[in-house]
Amino acid sequence: MNAANALKTPEPTSAFDVERYRADFPILANVHPHGKPLVYLDNGASSQMPQPVIDRLVRYQTHEHANIHRGVHTLSETATKAYENARRQIQGFLNAKEDREIIFTSNVTDSINLVAHGFGRAFIGEGDEIIITHLEHHANIVPWQMLCEERGAKLRVAPIDDSGALILEAYEKLFSPRTKFVSVTHVSNALGTINPVRQMIDIAHRHGVPIMIDGAQAVQHMPVDVQALDCDFYAFTGHKIFGPTGIGVLYGKAEWLEKMKPFRGGGDMILSVTFEKTTYNAIPFKFEAGTPPIAQAIALGEAVEYVQRIGLDRIAAHEHELLAYATDRLKALDGVRIYGTAPHKAAVISFYVNDVHPHDVGTLLNEEGVAVRTGHHCAQPVMQRFGIPATARASFAFYNRLEEVDVLVEGIRKVQKLFA
Amino acid sequence: MTDSKQLYQEVILDHNRKPRNYGKLADATHRSEGLNPLCGDHIWLDLKVAGDVIESVAFEGQSCAICKASASMMTANVKGKSVADAERLVEEFRGMATGSLDVANDANHLGRLTVFAGVKDLPSRVKCAILPWHTLHAAVQSQAVVSTEGDNDPVVQSA
Repeated sequence: MNAANALKTPEPTSAFDVERYRADFPILANVHPHGKPLVYLDNGASSQMPQPVIDRLVRYQTHEHANIHRGVHTLSETATKAYENARRQIQGFLNAKEDREIIFTSNVTDSINLVAHGFGRAFIGEGDEIIITHLEHHANIVPWQMLCEERGAKLRVAPIDDSGALILEAYEKLFSPRTKFVSVTHVSNALGTINPVRQMIDIAHRHGVPIMIDGAQAVQHMPVDVQALDCDFYAFTGHKIFGPTGIGVLYGKAEWLEKMKPFRGGGDMILSVTFEKTTYNAIPFKFEAGTPPIAQAIALGEAVEYVQRIGLDRIAAHEHELLAYATDRLKALDGVRIYGTAPHKAAVISFYVNDVHPHDVGTLLNEEGVAVRTGHHCAQPVMQRFGIPATARASFAFYNRLEEVDVLVEGIRKVQKLFA
Repeated sequence: MTDSKQLYQEVILDHNRKPRNYGKLADATHRSEGLNPLCGDHIWLDLKVAGDVIESVAFEGQSCAICKASASMMTANVKGKSVADAERLVEEFRGMATGSLDVANDANHLGRLTVFAGVKDLPSRVKCAILPWHTLHAAVQSQAVVSTEGDNDPVVQSA
């Protein structure tokens, strides 16, 4: 008997009733890739949508839709109220001080570009420096590179160690009087590393530098309180937290948002327009030019209520159990290497099956009904750091069962057998 | 729906583990680099063309099994062929992988290469199979680098 067989699926220790929550997600029962039950382990790319959020979308479209902030008619007032209510739901979810600190964007990429543009063009000049980390998604690299190129500024990158954990002392050493901004990920999408953002924010502030946190992979896994963190900006996206695509969020401290330049010009972001001069609207509207994704914002409001009803502490505990079990089982497989072994991790496992390209692993796991992401995960510098072109990545959500880890492991064994 | 395991069994067992014509040519007349930026397949192709004939060919690089097996079988197929015949195979292979050429009913010269017909049912893997052919085309056209994204996207072109 080998070590892997010795690891039996543990009895769930928490009182977390996975089956009860799975029943909320119709897609988990509706889809059978290759006739197999769907084992959806690609939540880091996009999560599935529960019935209450689907219902909210349908109710909006069937009973409430009109354009917002404009019409005097009933529907427009209903839609405006629902949209602004969603803003307050997000405010509550992040514990922002004021609802005007919540800006609806289209995704995290959009949120970061908004800050790179709105803050960068107002405050970054030649010779200035911006700090990011080696763990960033391309979305938190490229906008800053573009800004640096435009302004003659310089990008500094905080290193990680062999486990994929940030080296905090090296991060602190990057600060100088030239440092003007910091933008770092909360959780690495490629490795699952949870950054010590509390300390990173304190360090930035000790040097008088504002800091943005990319929470794309964080808010669905753990409670986030932007006032407790004291970050200057925080971004997340709807479709990774059981909401729709096309909607993202940027939290920003009002004092910064007020000083920043608008990102896009257009309707809704103005107070008055003449051909000689335009007066910009107050925040958050200054940053929401044009008709926003109204239905998506309202559904996102419902999605964050949904996860709060379950409880992010309970979600974190269940996912920790999934991560620990999956890590043990994958470690026990000969010829499988896990990338990202930092002490603090979200339920994300990047792995490499010896002598098998991750894309082949992904295609063959799909035959077993298992959906994983393969590739560089839009984090090529992370892949370069470990000297690999790509990995396969299993990323979990609270609706994943421990037994699904067994299906994944069995699938990997079949791949190894085929390639043996 | 193609059983991808079947596809894998046919193509990888042999060519992925023992790729033919693997390596570099010291006397290459044409050299091209092929890149699949989205999935990371990365190959180099060397040709020695004398007159109108591909006298020798070699490839190397890092890629998935589908790409490697496709490259291996391609080199075995085009060695000794005229450039024009190789280019015709490029077109036919591309047609097969993207579904515009039906290997059962349309005339073609693909022979054993039809084991790759199944990739047309694996849209995310079409580019893996086509990359070596793309690179061959680039090499005979004396293009140094070719990518499956952008202007040369085979999937968009065939859509």
